[in-house]
Amino acid sequence: MVGDSGWRRTATLMVFILPSLIPLIMFTLGPMAASAFISLLRWDLLRPARFIGLTNYANVLSDPDFRAAVMHTLVFILGYLPLVYLGGLGLALLVNQKLRGSSFFRSAFFLPVVTSWVVVALVWRWLLNPQTGVVNAALGAVGIAGPGWWTDPAWALPSIILASAWKDLGFVMVILLAGLQAIPTEYYEAGEVDGAGRWARFRHITMPLLSSSSFFVLVISLINSFQVFDQVWVMTGGGPAGASSVVVEQIVRHAFSYNQMGYASAMSWVLFAAILVVTVFQFRLQRRWVNYV
Amino acid sequence: MSDAPFAPRATAHATVSGRPTATRHLWRAVAYLALVVLAMAMLFPFAWMVATSLTSDAQLFVTPPQLIPSPMEPDNYGRVANLFPLGRFLANSLFVAAISTTLQVTTSALAAYAFSRLRFRGRDALFVVYLATLMVPMQVTIVPLFIEMRYLGLVNSYPGLLLPGIVSVFGTFLLRQAFLALPREMEEAAFIDGAGHWTVFRRIVVPLSLPAMATFAIFAFMASWNAFLWPLVVISSQDLMTLPVGLSNLQGQYSTAWNLVMAGATVSVIPILVVYVLAQRYVIRGVTLSGIKG
Repeated sequence: MVGDSGWRRTATLMVFILPSLIPLIMFTLGPMAASAFISLLRWDLLRPARFIGLTNYANVLSDPDFRAAVMHTLVFILGYLPLVYLGGLGLALLVNQKLRGSSFFRSAFFLPVVTSWVVVALVWRWLLNPQTGVVNAALGAVGIAGPGWWTDPAWALPSIILASAWKDLGFVMVILLAGLQAIPTEYYEAGEVDGAGRWARFRHITMPLLSSSSFFVLVISLINSFQVFDQVWVMTGGGPAGASSVVVEQIVRHAFSYNQMGYASAMSWVLFAAILVVTVFQFRLQRRWVNYV
Repeated sequence: MSDAPFAPRATAHATVSGRPTATRHLWRAVAYLALVVLAMAMLFPFAWMVATSLTSDAQLFVTPPQLIPSPMEPDNYGRVANLFPLGRFLANSLFVAAISTTLQVTTSALAAYAFSRLRFRGRDALFVVYLATLMVPMQVTIVPLFIEMRYLGLVNSYPGLLLPGIVSVFGTFLLRQAFLALPREMEEAAFIDGAGHWTVFRRIVVPLSLPAMATFAIFAFMASWNAFLWPLVVISSQDLMTLPVGLSNLQGQYSTAWNLVMAGATVSVIPILVVYVLAQRYVIRGVTLSGIKG
């Protein structure tokens, strides 16, 4: 361009890039670097910080509360992931039938996804109220004595798993539905001609061709479930007696209740490392079962 | 007897696949039944939330619980608004969501233009840095962010609440994809006519990318509306709280007044429900693209 001098080009570039780059450095990249450094400190924000090397990491890894929180997070994942995946798959298959009104059902199933976690957790806390909740009333009507749900250490995590699966089913459904609709109908017609029944077509056509969508949804859901927090905080606060304490809840507690900034930062890096390792592992594993057409 | 002529047909009448229609009808009926039962199960918690919000204190703990409360107690909404600044929470949520959506869309569109239209040294490397931040969970930055806000004197303030959410790398990525997909002829013609990048951005690229920007704007609005962790950490005074934090406090203080808590929950669901009903297509697309929920 005529007269487009160097400084003008630079000025143009700055106008476009700085409004995002400056905040990104100030509120994401900077804090990330700071977090790595803070994890090496003993710092309660009141007294001066003290450099203690990797002591926080050693302490985190041997902290029984943190270990319990890791176990609870894993139990959550083991309960939640199959439930939400199989449930979402079922919904996607149902909604994908060419039935009248299926778009209404799709919208209904997706509604919990757009609702905030706090609302969902409050509603489920009320539904699962041990004495006066409607779920135990319904169970009582058919002669089953309902459990103590979130007030019972043994049932606190299952309560959270149930509410979480209910909220996220619609998300899994929408992703898998997109995958289902991308499968060419000719494959099914060919299958029918060859005499494949419903189950055979599902097993040998649908599932292999749905594997890339399944992979996507499992990777995302796994990352999100490592970070489970809102529903725990509102439904149980990590209780009763720490029975549903999870990793992020421990981070928040140590940072903002006990003022252990270094310790909480070390925890957050352990969590990040775990997420990275598991995600890389999933990508490795995908060659075994995911088909890209 | 009148059925007799039809009876053999039902089995003899075969479809392309050789399956009798009766089996198809049965499948269809089973699928419908499953859909209806599941839809009721999925929607019941919402119905119960609204029903409880209209239940009087006296009727709250009766057995069996009443799905349609009698008498109806719409006063609960007024009561909860008197006990708790629910209107203030609502206004805060709207204010924060509107500002952060506007800023995120603006900064993302500008950056997306730079990454898709401007040539500069280190562009691709910088884009990779942007994308890499998507992998970092909020929990890693929350402690230093809080400390930073303390030093800036912004803990428990609107700027403290807003600042970490004025840039979205996801939005930058999404809009860059949209900008790259646009045909270039109009832009080239504009450049020949002497237009600069700013004009091309405002007059051509942005107007042609409105669907993508709408998708992202709705996503950003919902993410801000439902955000919990950062507002919980950075805000402590009641008149700055957004709805999710305010609601969880309401529950903490009136833990057995379920009718009031559910009234608050209902109020906070309504705006998001309106957005969802009006713009369902964009909502689903936004959530699907990001993989980030609520």
